[in-house]
Amino acid sequence: MPEDLDTKPAVAGMPAETCATDPRRRGLLRAMFGSFLGLGFTALGAAGGLWAAGTARFLFPNVITKPPSRFKAGFPGDYPAGRVETRYKDEYGVWLVSGFYNGKRQIYALRTACTHLGCITIWQEAEQKFKCPCHGSGFSMDGVNFEGPAPRPLERYAIRIADDGQLEVDTSRIFQEELGQWTDPGCYVPA
Amino acid sequence: MDRPRLLRPRLTTPMSLRDKIRNSQVWKSIFRHPAPLDRRNRVVVVLTNLVLHVHPVSIQKHALRFGFTWGMGLITFFLFVVEVVTGVLLMFYYRPTIEWAYNDMLALRDVVSFGVLRELHRWAAHAMVIAVWLHMYRVFLTGSYKPPREFNWCVGVVLLVLTLLLSFTGYLLPWDQLSMWAVTVGSNMARAVPLVGHEGPGQQILTVEGIDMITSGSDARYLLLGSPAVSEETLNRFYVLHCIAIPLVAAVLIAVHFWRVRKDGGISGPT
Repeated sequence: MPEDLDTKPAVAGMPAETCATDPRRRGLLRAMFGSFLGLGFTALGAAGGLWAAGTARFLFPNVITKPPSRFKAGFPGDYPAGRVETRYKDEYGVWLVSGFYNGKRQIYALRTACTHLGCITIWQEAEQKFKCPCHGSGFSMDGVNFEGPAPRPLERYAIRIADDGQLEVDTSRIFQEELGQWTDPGCYVPA
Repeated sequence: MDRPRLLRPRLTTPMSLRDKIRNSQVWKSIFRHPAPLDRRNRVVVVLTNLVLHVHPVSIQKHALRFGFTWGMGLITFFLFVVEVVTGVLLMFYYRPTIEWAYNDMLALRDVVSFGVLRELHRWAAHAMVIAVWLHMYRVFLTGSYKPPREFNWCVGVVLLVLTLLLSFTGYLLPWDQLSMWAVTVGSNMARAVPLVGHEGPGQQILTVEGIDMITSGSDARYLLLGSPAVSEETLNRFYVLHCIAIPLVAAVLIAVHFWRVRKDGGISGPT
């Protein structure tokens, strides 16, 4: 029985103190660079790593073929009180509304996505409300939810008067009512 | 109540990390056999590993001579793998529609990061055609098509045709003037196919009660293009052929080809 194995040197027939300098003992560096085979596999591994990193970077698009986040939407005078403009729904996902919020007349841009699960709402002119076709959530003209499962009002996009006097909507910035952001002058144009 | 600790004599050295990994269930479930330290286990490891078993456990010396095989079969297979990898990556951006095909092709060069993948795909395709021909040339010169390998020669001929068809269908996808007219001209050949081309010999044989069955609206060319002329339907058809149909058939036939090389006695030798 090999009862005294742990007192034996790692390489049989060789004193323990020569182990550190014994060429048969291989460290990681020696395994990676000590032979042509090791060098080859190291190079292969490095190339594979570079390829994987390059592929990951390749899959992140540098250009997206989507409409720009800013668009012009006519002059404030085009929007009499109570008007809901639906022509920007398909391309930009925006309801442009001239309505009231906290008793003040404003022009604002509502995001068309329902705040429940993200379906696109429908403007029902007869009932003066935004209705979600998926689960029946309803929002009044000011965007506040009043029926169905939606937990919070529709979101507003940034809107301002551009240099040429036209309304300009920027869909890259979002304002949420429940966070108190609708008092921010960046999300409405007083009318 | 304290029990005296049982002192067991240590019979072995503490396990190194390497041994711990090698003795773990995960390792053993993947690699069924001990390390290839003796002759038997070296054989067993090769036999039980999907990647390694593609090569035989032992081969004749001449089969390793570069001058005998030129390595062209393996190079062809390697290029096929390159085509699959780069092709799948290109598919992440390319849209086979009239609106986007040409723009996406340009964007794959100018806009995306590492916009060299399309070039890799193209050059590997050219190289693959050349390598396939050289492989066939070598097999002919060494007489490796002779019995018992005559069936595998035929499989190889089909693979050659599939390689050329992959090049032909891929040619249309950039959707520029060159590719569109090249495929217009190329697919015109299908008009002249005997029996199934509407301008081919024997077309008039397939006539039922004086009515031609093979016309410009029902012949091989129409089937290939999916419309009377090269159009968006053709682009979609060639895209599916190029990315799915032909590569799938080729992959199956490549597997058959490799399998038959082994079953027909390995790489042929000087007789």
